[in-house]
Amino acid sequence: MTVSDQEELVAAAPAAPAVTAAPVTSMRASREALHFARRNRKLVAGLGVVLLFLVVAAVGPLLADHGPNEYVGPPAQRPSSQYWFGTTMFGQDVFAQFTHGLRSTFLVGLLGGGLAALIGMLIGFTAGYRGGAVDEALNMVTNVVLVIPTLAVLLIIATYLRVRGVVPEAIFIGLFSWPWVARAIRAQTFSLRSRDFVDLARLSGASGRKIIFREIAPNMSSYLFMTFILLFGSSVLIAATLDFIGLGPTEGISLGLMMNNAVLWSALPLGMWWWFVPPGLGITVIVGALYIMNVGLDEVFNPKLREM
Amino acid sequence: MRRYFGRKLLIYAVTFFVAVTVDWTIPRFMPGDPVQGMLSRASLRPESSQALYAYYTDLFGLDVPIWQQYLNFWTALLRGDLGISIWRFPQPVTTVLMQAVPYTLALLVPATLLSWWAGNKFGAYAARRKWLDNTVLPVGYVLTATPYMWLGILLAWLLATVAGIFPIAGGYSFALEPAWSWTFLGSLLRHWFLPFASLFLVGFGGWAIGMRNMIIYELEADYSHYLESLGAPRRLVRRYAFRNALLPQLTGLALQLGVIVAGALVTEIVFSYPGLGYLVLQAINNQDFFLIQGAFLFIIIGVLLANFLVDIAYVMVDPRTRTGMRGGA
Repeated sequence: MTVSDQEELVAAAPAAPAVTAAPVTSMRASREALHFARRNRKLVAGLGVVLLFLVVAAVGPLLADHGPNEYVGPPAQRPSSQYWFGTTMFGQDVFAQFTHGLRSTFLVGLLGGGLAALIGMLIGFTAGYRGGAVDEALNMVTNVVLVIPTLAVLLIIATYLRVRGVVPEAIFIGLFSWPWVARAIRAQTFSLRSRDFVDLARLSGASGRKIIFREIAPNMSSYLFMTFILLFGSSVLIAATLDFIGLGPTEGISLGLMMNNAVLWSALPLGMWWWFVPPGLGITVIVGALYIMNVGLDEVFNPKLREM
Repeated sequence: MRRYFGRKLLIYAVTFFVAVTVDWTIPRFMPGDPVQGMLSRASLRPESSQALYAYYTDLFGLDVPIWQQYLNFWTALLRGDLGISIWRFPQPVTTVLMQAVPYTLALLVPATLLSWWAGNKFGAYAARRKWLDNTVLPVGYVLTATPYMWLGILLAWLLATVAGIFPIAGGYSFALEPAWSWTFLGSLLRHWFLPFASLFLVGFGGWAIGMRNMIIYELEADYSHYLESLGAPRRLVRRYAFRNALLPQLTGLALQLGVIVAGALVTEIVFSYPGLGYLVLQAINNQDFFLIQGAFLFIIIGVLLANFLVDIAYVMVDPRTRTGMRGGA
């Protein structure tokens, strides 16, 4: 691994961990990780907040007997006991929109982040383990996709789609946000593949795929998990951006779309804060909690960072 | 060094080629007739609609073989011809975009550079200082998790609608005509401040955290421990750590460019700031496909140029790239 590779992998993520390379006996390691995980305030608090929002997303829509886009009440009402988060300019229930929007947010994060992690791992492992011409070719592809701004591509794709849903949106986001993951995983695979235990597996005749999944991947599992969390967060943010530009789902609702509607229909000069504060706050708190959770995880897996 | 730049330039050339190809492919292979779809929603007068239909069918060149269409697209592109805007008919797309670019750059460049600089300084200062670290870290993470447009919305609401200190929309006062006068420049500045501030703050949080985390890694590195064991003053060790931590932050800047540009686009929309983002919104609402495709190419070119500038900066900061050793490839 060159110096620059090392730098890249740390630079790629807000809190990229160093790889724990020693093949440890997994039982003891996981018990130890659990021990530190329970005592890590950042991890516990972050996880708690995410779970809380997950519950709101799951239960919230069941509380209302109307859909998020139905016109149910008088327009532009402040929050009240009947409409907890007030109503929009058109008399839609902001609380119903918010909870449905949360569902879209989690869906986009899970699907988009998951797909990006999958592609990034596939390319990163292959390039790092095979090396040579395969590596060169995959590296080229990675670098090209890396330079192209994700949002710009999504912009022209979404423009030409007549019907847009949350699931296709998540898939497109996943298809274009994997490059830094591929690069980071490639660099780590590179450093792992010349270790003794990998050589041993190779000597005993294991296939390339088996070595990657049995020997290399488990040794960076904590890293992979944290990468997924970061991808989850960035997918949510990209989706919010796309929705806000006006290329959100044509049916249904999302938090970005709520902000788009609020701004388009003059909620700002009219001071209808209950319309635009909840969706942005929801995204900020969820993504922020994920990031802080990641710092906690980093401390759990990397003893050097634990606070004494 | 030549190899380093050669490689980078090759990547940028391929990227540009791919981007243009995507820009050409998507309208042609999406279901439906893009010309008809675009015009039917544009609510134009019948005679201009007809003229446009003929113009666009000709421009799309749908009657010639597909490879010919592709070549024609490139020829037009190299002549700077991106078609004619529907929203601002009959202005060419290039003209419309060029009017918006200065506004976007005026927001993007200072916000990016200042937030990177200030964030790095601040993050380095906060690292391993208990009290600061415990306050800065959560604030930084919240800032970097904030969607750009939401921070913009909040600032616009609090400082423009509620407090009335700053104007809420536009690039300059609607009562003024663009001119080189102090009143106009003052108006420009007042309208510029809030979108700039929201871009700056989100970026600042991210860079501060990045630097803080990097410094902590560097302070745990062998060379830091070695220096410390020699009895070097803490300041000196931190200075070396900072210089080493700056390199990945520079790489990070290149990686973040796309996100920052996207952030600028939505911030402009919040403030109806007359840059590229606002144009894109208008183009989407008016089904002005040519304008969107043009904006896409402009963004790509801008990001490629910025990447190249970061590469040059990297060579200046990292001596290894200059002496021919591998670095930053």
